Amino acid sequence: MIKVEGLTKVFPGQTIPAVKDLNLEIKEGDVCVLVGPSGCGKTTTMKMINRLYEPTGGKVYIRGEDHMKIDPIKLRLDIGYVIQEIGLFPHMTIYENIATVPNEKKWPREKTKEKVEELMHLVGLDPEIFQNRYPTALSGGQRQRVGVARAMVSDPPIMLMDEPFGAVDPITRARLQNEFLRIQERMSKTIVFVTHDIDEAIKMSDTIAVMNEGELIQHDTPSDLLSAPADEFVANLVGRHRSIKRLHLIRVHEILKEVDRTEPLTEDAKKEEVEKQLEDSDLRTVIVVDRDNKLKGVIGASDLKRKAGEVAGDYCHEVSDTVTDDATLNDALSVMLECGVGYVAVVNEDEMYQGTITLGDLLNVVREDS
Amino acid sequence: MFRTLWVWIGIPLIMIGIVAAMIIYSVNNPTDSIVERMLTYERVFRVIRQHASLLLISMTGATIVGVLGGIMLSRPSLYRAGRVVETIVNIGQTVPSIAILALFYTILGMGFRVAVFALFLYSILPILRNTFAGIDGVDYSIIEAARGMGMHPLRILTKIELPIAFPIIVAGFRTAIVINVGAATLATFIGGGGLGDLIVTGLAVRREMIILNGAALAALSAILLDYLIGKAEERVVKWS
Ligand SMILES: Nc1ncnc2c1ncn2[C@@H]1O[C@H](COP(=O)(O)OP(=O)(O)O)[C@@H](O)[C@H]1O
Ligand SMILES: [Mg+2]
Repeated sequence: MIKVEGLTKVFPGQTIPAVKDLNLEIKEGDVCVLVGPSGCGKTTTMKMINRLYEPTGGKVYIRGEDHMKIDPIKLRLDIGYVIQEIGLFPHMTIYENIATVPNEKKWPREKTKEKVEELMHLVGLDPEIFQNRYPTALSGGQRQRVGVARAMVSDPPIMLMDEPFGAVDPITRARLQNEFLRIQERMSKTIVFVTHDIDEAIKMSDTIAVMNEGELIQHDTPSDLLSAPADEFVANLVGRHRSIKRLHLIRVHEILKEVDRTEPLTEDAKKEEVEKQLEDSDLRTVIVVDRDNKLKGVIGASDLKRKAGEVAGDYCHEVSDTVTDDATLNDALSVMLECGVGYVAVVNEDEMYQGTITLGDLLNVVREDS
Repeated sequence: MFRTLWVWIGIPLIMIGIVAAMIIYSVNNPTDSIVERMLTYERVFRVIRQHASLLLISMTGATIVGVLGGIMLSRPSLYRAGRVVETIVNIGQTVPSIAILALFYTILGMGFRVAVFALFLYSILPILRNTFAGIDGVDYSIIEAARGMGMHPLRILTKIELPIAFPIIVAGFRTAIVINVGAATLATFIGGGGLGDLIVTGLAVRREMIILNGAALAALSAILLDYLIGKAEERVVKWS
C-alpha cells in the first residue's frame, strides 16, 4: 500500500540529513509504528509521505503510484492526518472541526452530519454534549479524540497518526489505545503511527520500524523485534525486561480460552454453594453475576462470615476495577497491582462477565515465552 | 432580548442624547451675538457631515488597503518584506498626525481631498500592522493540520487564518478609527472642514461655548464608534 524507497530529507541550511535513505514497505490493512527517540526523524518521514515536506531524495509509492505525480491536495484529502500538536481550529466548533474534510470535498450537508455524528460516537464523544463546544472547552484527551475523528471522517484508506495519544495521562492513553485497536479491527486501514514509546509501539503495531538519527534500524513484527533485536540500540530500546513487554502483545481474551475456571455463581445462589466453591476455587473468591450475566460482585471468606442475607447477591461486594477482553495482559497486570488482589474479572464491551484471570495465569504466559 | 436592545440602542442613544442636548441648549441660548452667528444648526450639521465623509472615505480606503496589504505581506514569499514593513509602520505611527497633515499640505496643497488622503495613509498603518501580526500569530501547527488534511491555500486563508486573526484585525481597525476621528479635527487647518472647524473658529473668536460643542462631538464620535465596534466584535467572535 505504501512503499518508501531511499527517502531522504536534508533541511535547508543543515548538513546532516533529518531522514536518510529510508526504505519501508507497509502492507494494506497493517499498522506500522515508527518508533525512536525524539528528533530521530519520525515526523519528518510522515510529512514527506503526504508531501507537507518535499523529499530531498527517494520515492514514495502509494498503491504503486509515485506520490510526486499525484496532486498534493488530492493526495492529502485521501490520507487521514493526525498532527502531533493536534492542531484543532480554535474558532470552529467540534462539529465544524470534524467536518473539515467533508466540507473540502463538498459533501451534501446530510451526509456530513451523519458521518460526523458517527465518528463522534466512535471516538466516544457524545455529539449532543460536544458538537457545539469549542476546542478550548475540552480536556487534552478529548481534543485528541477530536483530532482522530477529524482525520477519519471521510474514511480514508490510509492514516498518518503522529503521536496521537501523546498529550494524555497513562490511564486515558491506555483507554484510547484500546479504543483505537477496536476501531482498527473493524476498519482495517493502512496506518503509519508514530510514537516514542516502545510499549505503545508493541501494543499497537503489526510491524515496528525502529529509527535512530534519521535511519531505519529494524523493521519487524513486534514479536520478532522482542526476540531478535537487530543491534544494541534496538535491544536497549526494547529494554531488558522483554518477557514483561510480551504482556503488551497478548490480549486477555486470548488466554481466557485456555484457563479453566469454575463457572460464576448467580446472585440467587445458596450459602452451601458459595462455601463449596470458595473451597474449590484457586481464587479464594467467588464471582457473582446477575441473571443477565453481568458482573455483580465477589465474595471472599470474610463476606461469608459477615453474611448479611440469604442469597449470594445480598452479601457480595463490588469489585473496584475490571478489564475488557480486548485489553492487554499488561493492562490486566496493572489492575491487579492497583487493586492489590491476585485476580481480575474480565468483562466485554457490554459489561457481560467473560471470566477471570489470575497473576498465576500471567506468570505462565511469561514462563512459556522465555 | 431586552439586554440586546439596551446594548445596541439604549446606551448609544443616551450618549447621543447628552451631546444633542448640549448642542440644542447652546444654539438656543447663545451667550452673545458672535456665538449666535457662529453656532447654528446648519453649521453643526455641515461639520458633522464633513467629518463623517472624511472618516468614511479614509477608513474605507484604509481598511481595504490595510487588510489586503497585511494579507499579502503574510504570504510566505513576502514574509521577510512583511517584517520590514511592520517595523517601518511602527515608526510611521510615532509621527504626530499634525506633522503628516503639514507634510501633505506642503506637497499637495489645501482641500478636502488632501485631508482625506492624509487620513487614509495614517489609518492604513494600524490596520496593516494588525492584519499582518494577526495572521502571523496563527499557530503554525494549525496551518499544518489544515494543509495536511488537503485544504487549499486560499481556503486556509479565508477559513482559518483570517477568522483566527479577526479579533486582532478588528483591534487594529478600532485603533485606526479612534486615531482617525481625532486626526480629522485637524483637517480644518488645510481646508478640509469637519468638527475641527468649530474648535478652530471658537478659538479664533475666543468663545468656549463653540469650542466645547466641537470637542464634545469629536469625543462622542470616537467613544461611540469604539463602543459599537467592540460590541459587534463580541457578537461575532464566540470562541475565545
Ligand atoms: N521544518 C524543519 N526545519 C528544519 N529542521 C527540522 C524541521 N523539522 C524537523 N527538523 C529537524 O529534523 C530532525 C528530525 O525531526 P523530527 O522529524 O521532528 O523528529 P521526531 O518526530 O522523530 O521527534 C530534528 O533534528 C529537527 O530539528
Ligand atoms: Mg515528532
